[in-house]
Amino acid sequence: MNFPGSGIVKGLAVTARNMVGSYFEKDRLTTEQYPEERPKLPENSRSFPFLIYDGQDPESGMRCVACKICEKECPPQCIFIIQDRDAAGKPIKRPKVFDIDISVCMCCQICVEVCPFESIRMDQEYELSSFDRFAPLLLDKARLLKSNAYYHSIHPTEAAETDAQLEVERKKKEAAASAKAAKSDKPTEAAA
Amino acid sequence: MMDLLEGAPIQLQAWFLGLLRSFGTPEWILAVLSALIIIGTIIGVFLVLFALTSVLERKILARAQNRYGPNRVGPFGLFQPVADGIKMITKEDLVPRTADKVVHFLAPVVMLIPALLVLAILPYGRGMVPAEMDSGILFFFAVGAGTEVAVFMAGWASNNKYSVLGAMRAIAQMISYELPLVISAIITAMVAGSLSPSAIVAAQGGFAFGFVPQWFVLTPWGFTAGLVFYIAALAEANRSPFDLPEGESELVAGHLTEYSGFKYATFFMAEYIGMFAICGMFVTLFLGGWQAPVPALTIIPSWCWFLGKICFVAFTMVWVRATLPRLRIDHMLAFAWKFLLPMGFAAFLSAACWHYAGRGPAAWILSLAIIGIPYLLLGNSFTNRFAVSRRTYQFSE
Repeated sequence: MNFPGSGIVKGLAVTARNMVGSYFEKDRLTTEQYPEERPKLPENSRSFPFLIYDGQDPESGMRCVACKICEKECPPQCIFIIQDRDAAGKPIKRPKVFDIDISVCMCCQICVEVCPFESIRMDQEYELSSFDRFAPLLLDKARLLKSNAYYHSIHPTEAAETDAQLEVERKKKEAAASAKAAKSDKPTEAAA
Repeated sequence: MMDLLEGAPIQLQAWFLGLLRSFGTPEWILAVLSALIIIGTIIGVFLVLFALTSVLERKILARAQNRYGPNRVGPFGLFQPVADGIKMITKEDLVPRTADKVVHFLAPVVMLIPALLVLAILPYGRGMVPAEMDSGILFFFAVGAGTEVAVFMAGWASNNKYSVLGAMRAIAQMISYELPLVISAIITAMVAGSLSPSAIVAAQGGFAFGFVPQWFVLTPWGFTAGLVFYIAALAEANRSPFDLPEGESELVAGHLTEYSGFKYATFFMAEYIGMFAICGMFVTLFLGGWQAPVPALTIIPSWCWFLGKICFVAFTMVWVRATLPRLRIDHMLAFAWKFLLPMGFAAFLSAACWHYAGRGPAAWILSLAIIGIPYLLLGNSFTNRFAVSRRTYQFSE
């Protein structure tokens, strides 16, 4: 037989403990005060795609070669690419225009999966609200290009894997080139 | 210094009136002004209290749930009431097309008037009663019952089924809880031998053994009556856990459903001022009014004690709100009629026995027994009746 009303007293004690405790034990408070305190995003979280460049200069370090595979694969068709041409009018492996309309983009990551040059990746930027529906949400090349270092800062594991893969490919290419050079060297030697 | 502060409000008023008199102001204007100054001060103090409570209540509730609460507007979010006020005033004032427009408009006004009127009879400090009445307690409860009319006016005039249901619940609740409220108030009047609030405060003056205050709440019957009064006051002020007239999970917002803008704010103002009034009554009847708890602290002005005690009681009400969930309507009414009312009568009997047994140690034991036995019996029958049993399924499984 409980003393009647003891449950209420117990409940009052619990709330009183919280009331006082939340002023002294900071880990009781789970609230994240957003504009001042930023959430620590999980590594695999993603928002919209961005383009990676190597080195310091966005234009010269651009990995994208304007192959347009992502443009063709994009389900909502939010990517728009125009290939650049040199002075003679010959197409070169560089996009002149690379736009992503993030008001259309559905963050499906298919562009990332199809890209053969590891040049497009998913960003974690989420503060993209604007006062205009059109221009600020159409990201152009200048806003899309971000450095490899930035990629390392948001997705370290994935970026390391990508770098390792690129390194392997680069070595393979070098080996192939040197083999080719050796092969092309031999006949000259023989000729000599 | 402290003596100066003690009489400061009265002295200030007298000084101001004397100043006007020296300018040759007619006597009747002075009489009107003297009343207006008191009214203005009281309404001002309670409006400030209302504004402070509206933000502090949210902060305390937040802390009880390990949150921060409002902290964006001003230092520690203390200017939140200003932001809320601006929002409330600038909002559109909607009146339903089929509503009874006159009654719909009058309801918030009728709600506010009793809440302000009952403030007149509270003794705010030594010799500081705005309206000294021999039957002040009677006046308090008679006028306070006027809010019930306002709630039903609001519900009926809105022409909305949620409003009417909410108003009907409010009426059922307020009338049920009026009884234990008045019974427990009567006990103090009976012991003090007067219906005048100042006389009841005076009856709680002095210190037993030189340091124990003789507040009614420190006697067995007074503690019980105080608890009954407190619970009934929660219900009268529509405070959680008895806030089902506006239970948003069932009734949208009860009688407030069709109110918006400043009318809605007026309802809230009336509710909070009513809450402070009933806290003031609780302090007057059971917590010794403006008396200090320890002889050494009597140097602090009496009106500070009164305001401090009101704030403390209001804080406990917020604390209870943070703790208890809302009751179901049948549980709530059963609680009023089958538990609070009998406990009120037990306290009544106990107080009478305590008085006639000479208010000594024997009287204490007698009065404890008269309260304790019904409390245990009633309480256990109540907890057993509403005990949650494991749900069994007859046909499934």
